[in-house]
Amino acid sequence: MAVASSAGVHHEPKSFMRRYIFSQDHKIIGIQYFLTSAVMGVVAGLLAMLIRLHLAWPEAKWPFLAKLFPLGMEDGLMKPEFYLSLVTMHGTLMVFFVISLALIGGFGNYLIPLQVGARDMAFPFLNMLSYWTIVPGCLIMLASFFVEGGAAASGWTAYPPLSAVEHAIPGSGMGQTLWLLGMALFIASFTMGGLNYVATILNLRTHGLSMMRLPSFIWTMLIASIVGLLAFPPLTAAAVLLLFDRHGGTSFFLPSGLFFGKQVLEHAGGTPLLWQHLFWFLGHPEVYVLVLPALGITLEILPTFTRKPIFGYRMTVYSLCAIAILGMIVWGHHMYVSGMSPYVGEFFAIGTLSITLPSAIIGFNMLASLWGGSLRFSTPMLFALGTISLFGTGGLGGIFLGNATSDIQLHDTYYVVGHFHFMIGGVTLFAIFGGLYYWFPKMFGRMMNEGLGRVHFWLSLVSFYGLFLTMHFLGFGGMPRRYFEFSKFNFLAPIRDLNVLVSVFAFVMGATQIIFLCNFFWSIFRGAKAERNPWKAAALEWTAPSPPPHGNWGDQLPQVHRWPYDYSLPGAHEDYVGQTVTPGEAKFSA
Amino acid sequence: MTVATKQRSVWKPAELERIEPGQVAVAGDGEIAREGSLSMNTAELGLWIFLSTVTMLFAGFTSAYLVREAGSDWRPIPVPPVLWLNSGLLLLSSFAIEMARARQRRMEAGRYNGWLAGTTLLGTAFLAGQLLAWRQLAAEGLYLPSNSHSAFFYVLTGVHGLHLLGGIGALLYALIAIRRPAPPPAAIQHLKLCATYWHFVGGLWLYLLLVLFVF
Repeated sequence: MAVASSAGVHHEPKSFMRRYIFSQDHKIIGIQYFLTSAVMGVVAGLLAMLIRLHLAWPEAKWPFLAKLFPLGMEDGLMKPEFYLSLVTMHGTLMVFFVISLALIGGFGNYLIPLQVGARDMAFPFLNMLSYWTIVPGCLIMLASFFVEGGAAASGWTAYPPLSAVEHAIPGSGMGQTLWLLGMALFIASFTMGGLNYVATILNLRTHGLSMMRLPSFIWTMLIASIVGLLAFPPLTAAAVLLLFDRHGGTSFFLPSGLFFGKQVLEHAGGTPLLWQHLFWFLGHPEVYVLVLPALGITLEILPTFTRKPIFGYRMTVYSLCAIAILGMIVWGHHMYVSGMSPYVGEFFAIGTLSITLPSAIIGFNMLASLWGGSLRFSTPMLFALGTISLFGTGGLGGIFLGNATSDIQLHDTYYVVGHFHFMIGGVTLFAIFGGLYYWFPKMFGRMMNEGLGRVHFWLSLVSFYGLFLTMHFLGFGGMPRRYFEFSKFNFLAPIRDLNVLVSVFAFVMGATQIIFLCNFFWSIFRGAKAERNPWKAAALEWTAPSPPPHGNWGDQLPQVHRWPYDYSLPGAHEDYVGQTVTPGEAKFSA
Repeated sequence: MTVATKQRSVWKPAELERIEPGQVAVAGDGEIAREGSLSMNTAELGLWIFLSTVTMLFAGFTSAYLVREAGSDWRPIPVPPVLWLNSGLLLLSSFAIEMARARQRRMEAGRYNGWLAGTTLLGTAFLAGQLLAWRQLAAEGLYLPSNSHSAFFYVLTGVHGLHLLGGIGALLYALIAIRRPAPPPAAIQHLKLCATYWHFVGGLWLYLLLVLFVF
């Protein structure tokens, strides 16, 4: 199949459709993923703004919003079912259709062939199919807001029975069906993409590029793809069973005695816990699918802006593998309050806490990479430093959730919301921004504006900490997550107004991203022209023209002679030596 | 700095361009660089990665099955008799596709299409037999929602059937490809991928049979 599909595609297509819409070029597909992710990001971000609006001022009326959402915000007052849809869809879209799309689809597609010295992905047709599978997925997710009952409202985790009984709540109807369909398309797309990444990284490396010469980002993509490929299918299985519970009358997840709509349901014998296990068997590895490439991007940016090799490359690679393996067997720490046996809980707790070791090794390696370097605080570097900071803070907070004893207190509070936003909202988002500022010249042949970039960074960093660190304190105070109506609880009275502060920071954070979007699109057309290697980086992708042509390099593929982090080599006449420079040349030029 | 291993004015798919495994690329300064890629063919590697995701899919189903089987309301259903015939057909089809491959290796172009058509027919017969098994269960009053064992039976055979249908599609493609004067290496490669997938789906069926009715 692959042989047949790759034979006819390698002449550069001339028509607009084949070149920019149904393209099989990994660079175009990567940019398509970025743009799709940006659109979905704006939508998911606006959902967050609506959520924060309600949480800060639960009783307020917003007449202008009544015009925009005549059903969800009748008379300007938010309805509970609309709030639940907002929470569900914000989570689902951000995790799967924004962060995954940008990190895995965007950077993965754009960088893997360039960094391993290949013409394109192993299966370009499959790659195109992967993108055009996610597009209907996005459209279905967006369309679910406009069906009867509104979008899915059972949380991004889609726990039964809310997700399994069609008339449980308004969002359990058509909205939930579309949610399942959208997720199915996402998983299909991810499988095609991940398959391509693994095959490309293992099999299309150019001459001389051994595994231990691979850039850290490629390592993280390889590991994240394998983890994703193994973790997603059980969720597919669960989704198939859920579909039959919803529409086939089966009882995989539905116990007996369920009472909805003034009648007892006929289902019997199922267990909602089964869904939780299958969901978190994906759900937790998914965290690493997202966080690892984010760390990889950071590890690519650091050496360029410290002018010094990355510290502890080999240990970082081993730690990444350890995180991947441990990450697959600790899903139960999301379920400490589900009534699981304390002994099982202890197993998951020990597993979870042992992940802190490889994570700390990577964190300290990143810090040590800064030590003694000649630091340049360009925008990509600022975001890389921000990523390290968020990784440290978020990781520290995670220790208390990994431990069953403290998690039982903090479970389902805003502490959890704050924590996971640090990891899969902050580490990933800052790495995406850092990576975009860093590789933008390669993608478009122009530079992004530095001044705007710095404003973007500092406003984002301050508002991020103000937003999500404060959430940790709300969680200590017992503020529950996902509650529409929380203002009547007496015990929340002392901390209730912290929500206003959090929301203000959220609005600042949201508005700040407009600066980025303006900078990004303005720079595509008007940015200063970039040369081939504007950051004086040693990695392979910078030997290709900016932007690289179809096929990335000229007639011949580059030959690699070293790893991508040869900075400040003693005796070399420049402070970096590219991966394609032979040992003889490096000596000669000294 | 690029290496002069092969001169091409218009470059070919990277897969064809890379140096054969084991061959040593010599750089401009005579430095010996090891070949980067694995020795496995890229398409085969892709297939195995895909098969590992399918394995995980059925691992997910199996774990759900084991959890559900431990429930107090579990009532086992009888084996639809036609399943034994179906399993035999599928085993025969795996034999047929190996015969086709053996003939193809001996370069009897066009003479292995009988075995290939046989494989496809046996696969289709298996699917028809599975439908018959559904009818046999239904005749006994066991439908999808009847009890959890019957529910798993319908779902698992259905998902397996869909995977097998994909294999039949690949076999039909191979049958069409024989008619065209295709370059032999591509045809051999394609049939090898087909056979790997076909054996996998066959093995998967035996596994499901064990899970559903033996353990």
